[in-house]
Amino acid sequence: MATSSERTSPPPFPDSEDQDLAECEGVGDRVSDEDGDGEDLFLSASGPTMSDMDPALPTTITNAPSEVLFEPPLDLMSSPILEPETKPAAAAVVEAVVETVAEPVAELVEEPLDEFDDLVDLSTDVPSVQATAAAAESPLAEAEAETPSEEACEEFVDLSGSDSDSSSQEETLLEVPADSAAASSDPQDASAALPPGDVATGSAADEQQPGAALLEVDIGQASANGGKQPLSEDLFFDPLANLADAGPPPPPADVKQPAPPQQQQQLPLDLFEDDPNDLFGESRHAKSAKQQQPPQPSSLFGEVDEDIFGEPLGAPAAKRAGNMASREQRETTVGTKTSGLGGGAGGGFGDVGGPLNNNYEKEPADIFSEEAVTIAPTAAKAAAAAASSSRTNGVHGAAEEGDIFAEATVELSLDSPRADRKKNTTAAKPSTSATSLSSAATDLSKTHSASLEELEEEEQEDNFDVNISVTNPEKIGDGMNAYMAYKVSTQTTLAMFRTKTFTVRRRFSDFLGLYEKLTEKHAPNGFIVPPPPEKSIMGMTKVKVGKEDSSSGEFVERRRAALERYLQRVVCHPSLLQDPNVREFLEKEELPRAVGTQALSGAGFLKMLNKATDAVSKMTIKMNESDVWFEEKLQEVEAADQQFRKLHGMVESLVVHRKELSLNTACFSKSVAMLGSSEDNTALSRALSQLAEVEDKMEQLHQEQASCDSFSFAELIADYIRLLGSVRGSFDHRMKAWQRWQEAQTMLQKKRESEAKLLWANKPDKLQQAKDDIAEWEAKVTQYEGDFDRVSSTVRKEVVRFEKEKVKNFKRQIIKYLEAQLKAQQQLIKYWDAFLPEAKAIA
Amino acid sequence: MTTALGESDKEKTRSVSVDLNNDTALIIDIPDALCERDKVKFTVHTKTTLSSFQKPDFSVPRQHEDFIWLHDTLVETEEYAGLIIPPAPPKPDFESPREKMHKLGEGEATMTKEEYTKMKQELEAEYLAVFKKTVQVHEVFLQRLSSHPILSKDRNFHIFLEYDQDLTVRRKNAKEMFGGFFKNMVKTADEVIISGIKEVDDFFEQEKTFLLDYYSKIKDSTIKAEKMTRSHKNVADDYIHISATLSSISADDSTAIKKHFEKLADLFEKLRKVEGRVASDQELKLTELLRYYMRDIQAAKDLLYRRARALADYENSNKALDKARLKSRDIPQAEEQQQLCLQKFDKLSESGKRELTSFKGRRVVAFRKNLIEMAELEIKHAKNNVALLQGCIDLMKTH
Repeated sequence: MATSSERTSPPPFPDSEDQDLAECEGVGDRVSDEDGDGEDLFLSASGPTMSDMDPALPTTITNAPSEVLFEPPLDLMSSPILEPETKPAAAAVVEAVVETVAEPVAELVEEPLDEFDDLVDLSTDVPSVQATAAAAESPLAEAEAETPSEEACEEFVDLSGSDSDSSSQEETLLEVPADSAAASSDPQDASAALPPGDVATGSAADEQQPGAALLEVDIGQASANGGKQPLSEDLFFDPLANLADAGPPPPPADVKQPAPPQQQQQLPLDLFEDDPNDLFGESRHAKSAKQQQPPQPSSLFGEVDEDIFGEPLGAPAAKRAGNMASREQRETTVGTKTSGLGGGAGGGFGDVGGPLNNNYEKEPADIFSEEAVTIAPTAAKAAAAAASSSRTNGVHGAAEEGDIFAEATVELSLDSPRADRKKNTTAAKPSTSATSLSSAATDLSKTHSASLEELEEEEQEDNFDVNISVTNPEKIGDGMNAYMAYKVSTQTTLAMFRTKTFTVRRRFSDFLGLYEKLTEKHAPNGFIVPPPPEKSIMGMTKVKVGKEDSSSGEFVERRRAALERYLQRVVCHPSLLQDPNVREFLEKEELPRAVGTQALSGAGFLKMLNKATDAVSKMTIKMNESDVWFEEKLQEVEAADQQFRKLHGMVESLVVHRKELSLNTACFSKSVAMLGSSEDNTALSRALSQLAEVEDKMEQLHQEQASCDSFSFAELIADYIRLLGSVRGSFDHRMKAWQRWQEAQTMLQKKRESEAKLLWANKPDKLQQAKDDIAEWEAKVTQYEGDFDRVSSTVRKEVVRFEKEKVKNFKRQIIKYLEAQLKAQQQLIKYWDAFLPEAKAIA
Repeated sequence: MTTALGESDKEKTRSVSVDLNNDTALIIDIPDALCERDKVKFTVHTKTTLSSFQKPDFSVPRQHEDFIWLHDTLVETEEYAGLIIPPAPPKPDFESPREKMHKLGEGEATMTKEEYTKMKQELEAEYLAVFKKTVQVHEVFLQRLSSHPILSKDRNFHIFLEYDQDLTVRRKNAKEMFGGFFKNMVKTADEVIISGIKEVDDFFEQEKTFLLDYYSKIKDSTIKAEKMTRSHKNVADDYIHISATLSSISADDSTAIKKHFEKLADLFEKLRKVEGRVASDQELKLTELLRYYMRDIQAAKDLLYRRARALADYENSNKALDKARLKSRDIPQAEEQQQLCLQKFDKLSESGKRELTSFKGRRVVAFRKNLIEMAELEIKHAKNNVALLQGCIDLMKTH
C-alpha cells in the first residue's frame, strides 16, 4: 500500500516535541558513547548506569512525570501488534513504526497538559531517563528487562514477555565467558527490539520520546537505505555472529539451534524462520566485527530497521504475514499458540519451550495476577526438567519477575515516592552485585521477586496507613441553605502527606465534588472510582427543617458512615490515592466550593442528559465482544447488581419489620406493665412487671438489631450496589473506547477509499492531502486501539481488585454483623434467664 | 389447684393452658377434625364411667355452631347464673393464612422457586397451626365443662356429647341475630343502669372494679401481644427472602465470596426457623394465654352482671314489697317475690364468690405455667441462635 507516503510523511510534531526529539537524538548519541566505553561498564558494573538513573528519580516531582510518560509507550507497543494484521506485512510494520511515532506525540500533548504545568520537568527528565534506556540497551539485559518492564508491564504484557525471554535467553548464554555473553545479549536485545513495539522495550518504554526519535531515525535510515541492504545486513548479522560466538563452550551448532527457535518464539511478530539460519550462516563469517558493534545504538537501530526492511527481501512476506496473524491470534488462543510454538521450538529445546510457555501464559497471568504466580513457576519447573539449573533459574526468575512486575507496576508506578525509591534500590542492588552476570541474573530475579513481594506487602500496609475518619456531622446555617459539615481526620504515615495527622472540615458537596473530579479523570481510563452516597433531598430536607427526630439523626449517621467508607475506599485505591485532588481534599484547609453537584442544577441537568444519551447509545450500539472474559464479567456484574438490589430491598424490609417489632414490643411492654399493676396477686403482679421490663429490654435489642441490619448489612449492600454501578461504568468506558476505535477505523477506511478514488481520477494535487489524512487517521486508529487495550487491561485489573476487595470487605462486614447479632442473642438469654426465677416465684 | 402442676404431658402441649381438673369419670377430647370449606367438623370423643351415658366410649361429629349452641343454652339456663360459664370457642378463622396464600400466589413471579416453596411451606404450617389452635380451643371448652362439678352434669351437654346424629342446631335466623344484638344492647344499657346500685358486698365490689380494670388491660395486652408476635413472624419471613436471595447471589458469584454467601444463606435459613419458632411460641404461650383469659374474664364479668341483675331485681322486689305494704295490696305475692329474689341473689352471690375465687387461682397458675414455659423456650431458642451464629462466624473466620 502507501508505504512510501508513510515513510516520508510522519505525522507533524509540535515544535516543542521536535525539540525534544532532537534532544533525544542527542541523547541517543550519548548513549552510544556510553555504550562504547561502557562495554566493560556493563559487564562489571551496571552500578554506574543505575546511579545515572538515580538522579532522575531523586524527588517525587521529577519522578512522577517519568511515570506518566511511561504509560503512553505502552500503547505504542500494544498497538502495532494488532495493527499489522490488516495490512501487507512490510508496510504494516513501517506503518506501525510511524504510528508509534505519531502516538506518543498525541499522548504527550495530552498527558502533560493533564498532569503538569511545564514540560521543563519533562525534558530535564528525558536525558536522565535516557541514560537508563542506554543501560537497558546495553548488554545488561537484565537491568534492561527491569527498568522498562517496571513501567511497561503495566499495560503491555508482551513486553515483559519478550524481556524476560531475552533475559532468559541471556541466561542460556551466561554460561559462556562474560564478555562474549555481554555482547551476545545485545543481539538478543536487538532482535527483541525488532518489531517496533519491542524497540520500545529498550528505550521507548522508558521514554517515549527517545524511542520515537530513534524510530524516526530508523525510518529515515530505512528509507534512505532502500538499496543499501548489504551494509546494514552486515550490521545486523554482527550481533548474531556474537551469538554464535557466544557459545564456544557448547558446540556451535548447539547454540545455533536454540537460537533460531528462541528468536522465533520470542518474537512472534517477525518469526524469521528462514532468516536466522541464513544469518547464522553468514554470521560465522562476520565474527570479527562483533564487540564494537552492539554498543552503537545507531547501528543497533540500523539493525532493527534493517531487519524490518531487509527481511522481506530475504523471506517471503506471506510467511511473516502469517506469523503476524498468528501473533494476533495469540491474544485469544493462548493455549493453541503455546503448543504450536512449543512445537516449533523443536523437541530438543524443552527449555526453550519453557520460557516461551511462561511468556504466553504470562499474558493472561498478568491479568489474573494471582494465578500467574502459580502458573509461571510450574512452567518454569517444566523447563527445569529439560534445562540446567542456572537456566531454570533464569527462566523462572524471568517469568516470575515478569508477572510480578506486571502485577506490581500499577502499584509501583502509582505508589508513594518511597516505593519508587525502593524500586531504585532494588534495581541498583542487583547491579552492584553483578560481579558475574550469570549469578547476577539469578540473584537479580530473586532479589527482585523478593523485594517486590515486600513491596506488595508494604503497599498493603500503606493502605492501612491512611486511616480516615469522618466525624462530628454538624449543621451549618439555617433553613434551606443549611448544610452538613463533617470533620475529616486523617492519620497516616505516608510521606506524601505533610503531617501525620490532620483534620479538615468538609461539606457533603465537597465529597461529591471529589468524586466528580476523580471520575472525570480516572473513569475514562477504566478505573473503578468508589462512589459516594447519593444526594438525598428527602433526608436532607428533614435535617434542614431541623427536626431532631430519630430518623434525621439516623440519616446523618448513616451518611457519615457512608462518607467514611467512601473516603477509605478512595485512599485504599493505589492510583486514586496519588491523585492530587485526593490529597487536596484531605489536607487543604479551604477547598473551592464544589459546583455542579446540585441534584437539579444546570450542570446536573446536563449530566442527566448525558446519561440519557449514554443509555441510548448503549442500547443502540452492540459491541461484538472479542473477549469472553469481559462478556462474562459484565453479565456477572449485572446479575449481581440485580440480586444485590433485591437483597437490599429484602434487608430494608427486614429493618422495617424489625423496627415494627421493636415498636410493638414497646407497646406490649407498657401494656403488660399496666396489667401487672392491675393484677391483685402480688407474685403474679411482680412477675408481670418483670416481664414488662424484659420486654422493654427486648425492645432495645430489636432496636439495636434493626440499626445493625441497617448499618452493617443494608449499607454494605447499598455500597456494593453503588460500586457495581461504577464497575459497570468502567465497562461502559471500555466500550466507549472501543467505539471510538471502530469509528476511527471506519473513518480510515473511508479516507482510503477516497484516496483510491483520487488515484483513479488522477488528481495528484489532492492526493497528498488524502495521504496526510490517511496517515492521520491511521495514527488515530492506532492510538484509539491502544487506548482501548489500555482501558481493557485497566478494567480487568480493576475488576480483579474490586473482587478481591469485595471478598475481604464482605467477609469482614458480615462477621461484624453476625457478631452483633450474636451479642444480641446472648443478651436475650441473659434477660430471660433473669426472668425465669421471677416466673417460678409466682404462687 | 395443685393438680395443675401434675398435669399430663398432653396437657402441657396444649396451646391454651387452662387449669383443668382431671376428672377421670368424664374424659373428652377432639382427636380429629375435618375442614370442609368454611365448616370445620370436629370429632368429639368421650370416655366415661358415668352411668348416665349409654356407652363408656363414643365419638360424635360436631360443628362449631353446635358448640355455640351448647354455650348459649348454658348461659340461658337460669340455674347456672351463678357460675362462670366457660367462654365459647372463637369461630374458626382461616382468613389470614388464606389471604396470605393468595398474596403469595400473586407474588410468585417475583420470587425464586425455592423461595416460593419455602414461603408456601411456611404458610401451610401457619394454616396448620391455626387449625390446631381452633381444635384445641373447642376441646378446652368441652374439657372445662366436663371438669366443672355442676356443668358436667348438664343435660344438654350430655346430649351434645352423646347424640350420634348431626345436632343440626338451627342456625340463627336474621330476626334472632338481630334479637341477639338487641339483647346485647339492652344488657349493656342495663349494666349502666345497675351500676348505679350500691353494692352490698365488699368482695363483689372489689371483684367488679378489679375485673373491669383487668379486662381492659388484658384486652390491650392481647392486642399488643398479637401485633408483636405478628411482626416477629414478619421478621422470620424476611429471613426466608434474604436467605433465598443470598443463595442465588452465591450461585451467580464466582469469587471467593461465594462460599461465604452460601454459608450466610444457610445461616439465615436456620435462623429463620428459630425465629419462626420464637414467634409461634410467643403466640402460643403468651398471646393465647392472654386471649383466653380475656374471654374468661368476660365470662366472669357476665357472672357479675347476672348477680348485679339479681341484686337489682331484689331491690326492685323490695321496693315492690314496700309499695304493696303501703297500699296493703298483694303483700304475700310481693313478699314471695322478694324472698325469691333474695334467695336467688344469695345463691348467686354464694356460687359467684366460689367461682371467682377459683377463677383467680386458676388464672395465677396458668400464668405461672405459661410464663415459665415461655421464658424457657425463649432461652432455648436464643441458645440455638447463638450456636448457629457462633458456628457461622467460626466458619467464616477460618476460611
